[in-house]
Amino acid sequence: MPATLHLPAILAKLADAKVIESAGATVGALVSDVATRYPSLAPRLRDADGQPYPFVTFYLNDEDIRFHGGFDAPLADGDEITVVPAIAGG
Amino acid sequence: MTVVTYRTERDRPRDAAAVRPAAGKESARELPPLSHDEIVRYSRHLILPDVGVEGQRKLKAARVLLIGAGGLGSPLALYLSAAGVGNIGIVEFDVVDITNLQRQVLHGTSDVGKPKSDSARRRIADVNPHVQVTTYEEPLTSANALGIIRDWDIVVDGTDNFPTRYLVNDACVLLGKPNVYGSIYRFEGQASVFATADGPCYRCIYPEPPPPGMVPSCAEGGVLGVLPGLVGMIQATETIKLILGAGDSLAGRLLLIDTLGANFRTVKVRRDPSCPACGTRTLMELIDYEQFCGVPHAVPETQISHGVPEICPMEAAAKLERNEIEIIDVREPHELDIASYPRVTAIPLGQIAARIAELPRDRDLVIACRTGARSARAVQQLQAAGFTRVWNLAGGIHRWIDDVDPSQPKY
Repeated sequence: MPATLHLPAILAKLADAKVIESAGATVGALVSDVATRYPSLAPRLRDADGQPYPFVTFYLNDEDIRFHGGFDAPLADGDEITVVPAIAGG
Repeated sequence: MTVVTYRTERDRPRDAAAVRPAAGKESARELPPLSHDEIVRYSRHLILPDVGVEGQRKLKAARVLLIGAGGLGSPLALYLSAAGVGNIGIVEFDVVDITNLQRQVLHGTSDVGKPKSDSARRRIADVNPHVQVTTYEEPLTSANALGIIRDWDIVVDGTDNFPTRYLVNDACVLLGKPNVYGSIYRFEGQASVFATADGPCYRCIYPEPPPPGMVPSCAEGGVLGVLPGLVGMIQATETIKLILGAGDSLAGRLLLIDTLGANFRTVKVRRDPSCPACGTRTLMELIDYEQFCGVPHAVPETQISHGVPEICPMEAAAKLERNEIEIIDVREPHELDIASYPRVTAIPLGQIAARIAELPRDRDLVIACRTGARSARAVQQLQAAGFTRVWNLAGGIHRWIDDVDPSQPKY
């Protein structure tokens, strides 16, 4: 399914893009595609085993994917995925 | 204004919470009256339907604890005191540095070098003498957090590091105190309200912190000066809404702020049934948050990590002159334009692991950054990779400028 991945500025510089058009049957498949296309971004999106980090949250539209199967969460045409890493500045 | 200052944990009365009912639980009759001066001062609130006299009296009765009087704490302290929040606590042990003034509007140029809690008290007294200010001039720790937070109705998280954010979260969940959260980095921010009766907590979004060094601090990565103003004002707004019981709180939602894209959006945050703090509640007491966050010991940015071999700038300059060492500068590329070392190899800290093959193992390497903190982490990374001839440049470019090349600016 074609879907859009939105990156925060801190990760966007690694892909030279804030918004990446990609596709996949699941969030994990889409992340794999993006990781392959942008190798320097890959280790910031998922761990060495291809699993999500506990400090980088993926929102499918506006829902945390942890409550929808994690990387197995199915994608629908036109879905929007937003990557929100933990930040601590204040 | 009444000022109460607790310099240490021992000074603090233990029974304070027992005599102070929480705001919002009080009936209108128990709320403090407004003086004539206060009625005039707050007139624009009093004519506002969702505030009115009762709302203003709730604000006067409220007890709000600010964790940090920095970028987020500055607008919070100014606007909450202006709005008439009657009791404001501030946990802050730092002193004002001139680099704070680009965003920490609670403090001024004449405050540089002085405790932030002093300038906070002085500014609040000028903004609104009806506010009672309590300052805690000590770091928030697992040992003192419950004792401090217990006395307050609402906690506002304006800290700048992961260990304290998890500490504030867990203490608020354990004590059942709402935690008004805000966080910033470079051009982007987050805000939410955690630990309400049925709401999620910080751990529901981020069960574990990133490893040290993966996310640079604002001191390392920079921050747009207006951003903490923006996020702190959202925290102030949420705090006032909680006190008044007005509107829809951010509890259950995370507000994402993107200043460059001029985008504000919210995403849903659910209570995670497996969350050890607010879900299973297996987390029954505060833990060692430095250890939880992988930090061996709290290292201020201006100090050097213990256990890392280091070399002072004078010695490094002499060895560089004799071509006995190579300097590896692990700062970000844009920092190199501000002040620089002579003849360096520049590899940003985040790329050290990927570019480790570029570094010679048969040469003495001196790792350098701005103040010595990031380079200490790089030294540890290289030691873990088997490098033995590696030193940290003590004090970074700051001390290099002091001792070797005063022609360059510090930043």
